[in-house]
Formats: sequence, structure tokens, C-alpha cells
Amino acid sequence: MSTEKLTTMADAIDRFVPNGASVCMGAALEAAIPFAAGHEIIRQRRTDLTLIGPISDLLFDQLIGAGCVARFVGAWVGNVSSGLGHNYRRAAEQGIPRPIVVEDHSNFTISLALLATTLGAPYIPTRSLLGTGFLDVNPAFKRATDPWTGDPVVLVPAIQPDVTILQVQRADVYGRCHLWGTLGISREAAYAAKRVIVVAEDILPTDRILSDPNLILVPDVKVAAVVHEPFGALPSPLQGCYGRLHELFARYHEASRTVEGFQRWLDEWVLGVTDWKGFLDKLGGATLKTLTPKRSQLSEPLEYGA
Amino acid sequence: MEYTARELMVIAAAREIHDGDVVFVGMRLPLLAFALAKRTHAPEALGLFENGIVRETPSSEMLYTMSDPPNLPGATWSTGTANIMGMLAQGLVDLGFIGGAEVDKYGNLNTSYIGEPRAPKVKLPGSGGAPDIACYAKRFVIVMPQEKHRFVEKVGFVTSTGHGDGGGWRARTGLPGGGPVALITTLGVFRFDAASGEAHLASWHPGQSADTVRAQTGWALRVAPDARETPTPTAHELSIVRECDPQGFWTR
Repeated sequence: MSTEKLTTMADAIDRFVPNGASVCMGAALEAAIPFAAGHEIIRQRRTDLTLIGPISDLLFDQLIGAGCVARFVGAWVGNVSSGLGHNYRRAAEQGIPRPIVVEDHSNFTISLALLATTLGAPYIPTRSLLGTGFLDVNPAFKRATDPWTGDPVVLVPAIQPDVTILQVQRADVYGRCHLWGTLGISREAAYAAKRVIVVAEDILPTDRILSDPNLILVPDVKVAAVVHEPFGALPSPLQGCYGRLHELFARYHEASRTVEGFQRWLDEWVLGVTDWKGFLDKLGGATLKTLTPKRSQLSEPLEYGA
Repeated sequence: MEYTARELMVIAAAREIHDGDVVFVGMRLPLLAFALAKRTHAPEALGLFENGIVRETPSSEMLYTMSDPPNLPGATWSTGTANIMGMLAQGLVDLGFIGGAEVDKYGNLNTSYIGEPRAPKVKLPGSGGAPDIACYAKRFVIVMPQEKHRFVEKVGFVTSTGHGDGGGWRARTGLPGGGPVALITTLGVFRFDAASGEAHLASWHPGQSADTVRAQTGWALRVAPDARETPTPTAHELSIVRECDPQGFWTR
């Protein structure tokens, strides 16, 4: 029997993101990034986390700058519309605020590593990364020979995050969630994880979520907590809910150029508020209004009748 | 008609797209190049985005990232990254675009580390899907601003494979894709010799010369025998680029 998993963000992070955990976030690439969850991780002063993701637009840079991170496993950390991530650079180059270990992947190999876990496979072979420096700096990859053809391949070992945090449009209290729009590696990241925290814009009655079971991203047995957090992906976009707040990415880029500037930013936007509502209040309702979709595009209803 | 170096790079990149190509579009300038090519000489090109989106038509709005919501309406497939990468890995992608912080004369790219990776002088943002494009696309085009310290004899770290150490290297290494065919910079367009894998200057942009390009190239520059000036952008091409990037966010 399913149990109700609806809780607060503070409780979900407290219980399911302990110090030292491996956490996958931002699996949908530049969309649906769980910023509300990330800011709560910072407020709860988590340390020694391993962050897993394909690319991270801003969020990982914030967590790294806040000193929460010991290791990054993924393909890219920066600020997609403004450039590099200043905190990521400071941590990797100077150990500020603390050193981090980087395990370099490409977007394809991190997809394969998570996909392997979903299939119960120990590794997946690929030709990607042959001839690159990845094979020298990331000991996780092994060169091998295809036993049938004799061709060179790279073996990508399976990765299982302790927890994957997803921002989705809607879910029920049991954690059955609908995510649409840009998916990136959301499905693999959620299905591979030991546990999933679902952060939803809307909590819907179960019968409405189950009206489209094909759209449910991941089986509820994986879901440990469901959090109702509207606008929880801001400043990243969520299809049908809100657009990307480009200006905030640009402002953060300037603010985080120095350690002091980043600290001021963190004090103002994360540590200086008690929860995500505090962040949204600072943004202001007028700003949120500008981000709502300009045109509606409803999908065709599906007949699931038996 | 006045234009910026970045506008010229977009237009030169668009000219690399053949009609009917399956194009791994990526971000920034190539996103605009795809839109321009679709509206001029390559109406049948198909665009892939590594976040999972496939489109026949460019988005109706300027995109800051490929995952901005306007990139979804009109998509002909919306799936996940693994499936889009699967199109690459199955050999279905004709052309990809890649940028870089460092490039060498064989078109190898570094977007990972300057200096020793364990204690880097500069930690660059990383690879994204560029190594996957470089591995599998039938051909790829490099688009990056030209500065001497970024155009080096040999990159310190290979994030994305070009022609390795020269002709035949890709086949020996087991890479299925064809490698880089062109390098489009703020100063000119290089093409890669099929036999040697080395970049040759094919054209210099209006206002430049082989010498000004050489001055910003960190290896002994070879100039193709038929090298000439890059064709000047037409008013039509420029008007489309400006329609796609009305504030000049990417091109000013």
C-alpha cells in the first residue's frame, strides 16, 4: 500500500539529504532545476555532498560556493546565459571555500551511467570519449575491447545517486508525478536513485494523476517525499508554468565574481530568508507575473478507456 | 551594411548547414545559425537539442537556453537526452557545432582544464555534450573567437576530439564520426585537410588578411592555395539574424 509522503521542504531535506549524500539535481538540464530544494540544503548547512548532474546552470555553483560540496560528478557547471561559474572555478583552482573533486563525464556518459543503474547493468560500453583526456583523469572509465569486433570501447560504470530531487508540474501525495517539457536525463536520474524527492507546483487528487499513467515519470516506490513548492524551479523555467528569469542569472554572475560578493548574495537571497516563500517575496509578485506563459497550448486529451 | 564579428560568425556557420542535414544545434551562435539556414538555403534541415527536443522549425522567440519554454511548441519529438545522444550514436547526425576555450591545429578542443587537471590554473566549465558530438557526428564545425593564446599548437587537455595528431588518427582511435570540417573564428574560416587533418586558412573576414589571422594563431599557419576573403554578409542574412536576436544578446 502506498503511504502519503507530503511534507515540507525543510523536513524532506532534513530526512533524505544527510551530510555526505550523493544528490542528483538539475537532470532536466536548463529547465526544472530544483532551486528551492538547493537553497534549503544550503540553509541546513549540509556538507561533503556529492553532486551528480549533466550540466548545472547556476545551482551547483551556489552549493559549491556555500561549502556544501566535496565532489562533482557530471559534465558542466556554469551559468548558461552568462558564462562560467565563479564558485566552481574558485573551488577547483584554489580550494575556496573548500577543495572539490571533479569526476568528469560528458552528457552522454552521465546518461549511460544512470541508465545502467535503471537496467541493473554494471556498466554500458560506448565509443564516446575514445581519444579524450577523460580517460586519464576519471578512473571510473575503463578502456576495453569489444569481444565480438575487437573495436576499442569505453566502459561507463553504473551510478546510483542516494537521492534525486526533481521539480515537476504536478504530483499526488503518494509521489506519482507528471513532468513534461524538457526532460534531459530526469527519467534515468529518478529511476536510478535510491530515493526521489518530488517537488511539485501542484498537488492533485490521485485520480487526476492516474488519469494519465503514461506520463508518470518514475514508480512511486522510489519516492520518499513529496513537497508542494510553487515556483520551486525559479529562476529556471518550467514548461507551462513559468519562463526563465534571465535577469537573475546575469545578476548572480556579477555578484559572485568575488567571494565577498557571493557571500552577500547568499546572505540576501538564501540565508536571509527562512523558506522559499521568502525568496519569492523578495522577487515580488509583479516579477512572477511577467513569467507566466503568454500563449496556452493544451495537449489533446487521451482516451484510456478499457 | 555594418555588422559585428559575431553576426558574421553566425552567417558563416549557417552556410555550413546543408539542406536536409540533421543538425545537433547546441546553444548560442549555432542556435542562430540554424534559424538562419532554415530560412535561407536549408529549409529541410532538422534540429536536435541535447535536452531532448527535435524541431523542424526554429523557435518563434529568441532563446537564452535550449530549454526555454518557447523551444517546445512545434517540436516534432520531445524525449530525453539519452535518446538524442542515441541519434548521434546511431550515426544519424550529419552536422554538429562545438565551441571551445582552446583549439589546436588538428581541431582538438579543450573546455576542461588549463594546466594540470589535478591542480588546474583554470577550471573551465566542462564538456556538456561536446565530446559526444565530436565522437559521432558525420562532421562538425567549431565556432569560437580567435585569440592567439587560445589557438595553440597542441591543447593541454582533449575534451572533444578533432583529428588527434593528424590524418588517420580518428580511425585508429575507433571514432565513428568524421571529425571537424571547419573552424569559424572572429577573423576567418579554417578548413581541415582531409589527408593531414590539419587546419588551413580558407578565408579571412573582410578587413582581415592572412597576416592578421596568422598573428592570432599559435601554430605555423598554412594558408590554402585558393584562400580568399570571406563573402560579405548580405542584407537579407543580417536582417534574419537581427530578427532572431533582436536585442543583440548573442551577436553584439
